[in-house]
Amino acid sequence: MYRFNHKDLLGMDQLSVSDINTILDTADTFMEISSRDIKKVPTLRGKTVINFFYEPSTRTKASFEMAAKRLSADTISLSAADSSMVKGETLIDTARNLQAMNPDIIILRHPSSGAPHLLARYVDAGVINAGDGIHEHPSQALLDLFTIRKKKGRIKGLRVVIIGDIAHSRVARSDIIGLRKMGAEVTISGPPTMIPVDAESLGVKVVLDPAKALKGKDVIMILRIQLERQSGILIPSLREYSIVFGLNKELIRGAKKDVIIMHPGPINRGVEITGDLADGPFSVILDQVRNGVAIRMALLYLLIGGGRGDNLD
Amino acid sequence: MITWIKGGQVIDPRLGTKNKLDIVVRKGKIEKILPPGNFNPASDIDVKVIDASGMIVTPGLIDMHVHFREPGEEYKETVATGSQAAAAGGFTAVSCMPNTTPINDSRSVTEFILERARKANLIRVYPVAAISRGLKSESLTEFGDLKEAGAVAVSDDGRPVTSSELMRRAIEYARFFHLPVISHCEDLDLSNKGVMHEGTVSTRLGLKGIPAASEEIMVVREILLARLTGYPVHISHISTEGSVKFIKQAKEEGIAVTAETAPHYFSLDHTAVIDFDSNAKMYPPLREPKDVEAIKRGLSEGVIDVIATDHAPHSPLEKDVEFDKAAFGIIGLETALPLTLALVREGVMDLPSAIAKLSYNSASILHVRGGMIEEGKEADLTIIDLNNEYVIEGDGFRSKSHNSPFIGFKMKGKAILTMVGGRIVWESDELNPGS
Repeated sequence: MYRFNHKDLLGMDQLSVSDINTILDTADTFMEISSRDIKKVPTLRGKTVINFFYEPSTRTKASFEMAAKRLSADTISLSAADSSMVKGETLIDTARNLQAMNPDIIILRHPSSGAPHLLARYVDAGVINAGDGIHEHPSQALLDLFTIRKKKGRIKGLRVVIIGDIAHSRVARSDIIGLRKMGAEVTISGPPTMIPVDAESLGVKVVLDPAKALKGKDVIMILRIQLERQSGILIPSLREYSIVFGLNKELIRGAKKDVIIMHPGPINRGVEITGDLADGPFSVILDQVRNGVAIRMALLYLLIGGGRGDNLD
Repeated sequence: MITWIKGGQVIDPRLGTKNKLDIVVRKGKIEKILPPGNFNPASDIDVKVIDASGMIVTPGLIDMHVHFREPGEEYKETVATGSQAAAAGGFTAVSCMPNTTPINDSRSVTEFILERARKANLIRVYPVAAISRGLKSESLTEFGDLKEAGAVAVSDDGRPVTSSELMRRAIEYARFFHLPVISHCEDLDLSNKGVMHEGTVSTRLGLKGIPAASEEIMVVREILLARLTGYPVHISHISTEGSVKFIKQAKEEGIAVTAETAPHYFSLDHTAVIDFDSNAKMYPPLREPKDVEAIKRGLSEGVIDVIATDHAPHSPLEKDVEFDKAAFGIIGLETALPLTLALVREGVMDLPSAIAKLSYNSASILHVRGGMIEEGKEADLTIIDLNNEYVIEGDGFRSKSHNSPFIGFKMKGKAILTMVGGRIVWESDELNPGS
């Protein structure tokens, strides 16, 4: 019999199709809680969740914290500024110290690719990767899959295009792995300087011209152009980016009539996507945020042991 | 007293021969080399017999590329602990790179290293001095003074000489002193803070890649500067198919370049980094399977002259951290010999050529003694058991540091005895019993 049997969620790589389906199904059952008047169930009462963010984050951090609270877990939040990292403590030492307080889950956001893997080797608590460097952001990919499934009724066979700075995007990496596992076709598009080397090895098609890339697509995922990365080496200016690669009304005509537009946020309006499209009928950007809480509730529940059949109530 | 090394297969890498011979050592020198059964010592002489039957006897191995971290980072390695690791790995001589703290760009540091080596009293340590003051690629060090102090070559290893003009002048100036020039080939701009080879694995792991071209651009520059100046340049630790191709072409055109690779470049590829293992992080980075094959071809065809370890000890302080923050480099002195012998079994090279790349060729490039077995020469010898099988263990290293990607690997072939100037500096308890 199938069982969800993971201590950590480090990347989409480690999940099987059954694991992903289980997470999405579990999220479905948690959706309803967030619409209640009293948005709280006692499922994770007495459990401790540490939100450990070495990088600034609004959406992901709030989403995880809300998910934990709605399941009645005790949560604390640490950021790089108030961690001992600024005092020169290594990640491993910080990990050992946190472990000594015996938490159940540590959620880590970190600028170094692979940091959650390092942490997971040193703690007994479950580790959730909330974004590591330019490697993975699995909870974002899961909420994206969840949103697609809810909107389209399926994932298998859908044609998805991801447009933007693929090379430096942990969201893109996790989405690609997740979508490919679930049987979607994935095309990536953007300036050649932002397409990773040997990109085809990820199982995607590369079509640089966004107009061609989004032809006949069911889903368009737009990535945020990170203003801080705009050094003039990868792209000459945001102005040129928005003209050549930005999603606008003109461009979107080539996609399917029932296309959905996704964006992991935060949006740079007028750069990678025009404001009217971000707010328009094709956009599911706020659904993604709403669904994110349910996905993270499902992850906490399953990783703490819900999937292993323990009686949590 | 004399030492009688009896019954071993003696490898002469210079002549490419392998013969069953006895070697008689006296007063630190090889006194006689003769067929078995022909040596009859007078009964009143004290004779130490070493039974080398079933083993091979080679010139003491020479590693022309190590980092001994002294002065400055003695918690990683010292000249003494590095020498112990070298001796245990079968090496009787090493040349140590100048990126210590302070940098070896002055007589006092060169003399200090040599003084430490004398105190350690194990193997021959040849300091390599910096090309530029402070490894800053701005002005030349005092080659003449450094040579007189005991430096055998110049290199800015760890960093490239970024100025082509300075490199050109360094090569020209080195010629006057007959100092070999060694180059670490890397275009720092193109490496752009990369932490592993740029390819499918870096794309998958979201780690910043170092393209093969970052190495090759500088390999080509050094080839052109060797042609311009007419003086040899030795190219360190090559790792890519392109580097092998360009060096092969240069050699065919008669340009005086020599080249070296390290055992990890023919034993591992970039997939070793999956799982973010910082013990698989070094510069140049582990490349692709096609590069590994090209390195082997380069060794087989003689394009690559030398196998050197780039022994780079680091402590857990530098290695047990996030991958992109971890230091570059791995230790190699205690794994180089078995990894090279694996290539011999694979048929990439015959045994004498492999030993040449681990001894004679380095000696000729550096103009130092060693690398041959001849009557009248210093008795620097290594006795190797080709069939000894064992597993590399993290706490089994003599080196002060344990940063090796080969921990847990099964090896075959081991230095059983290492002799420097007639003195045994390393002896395994696995020598034939009764000797």
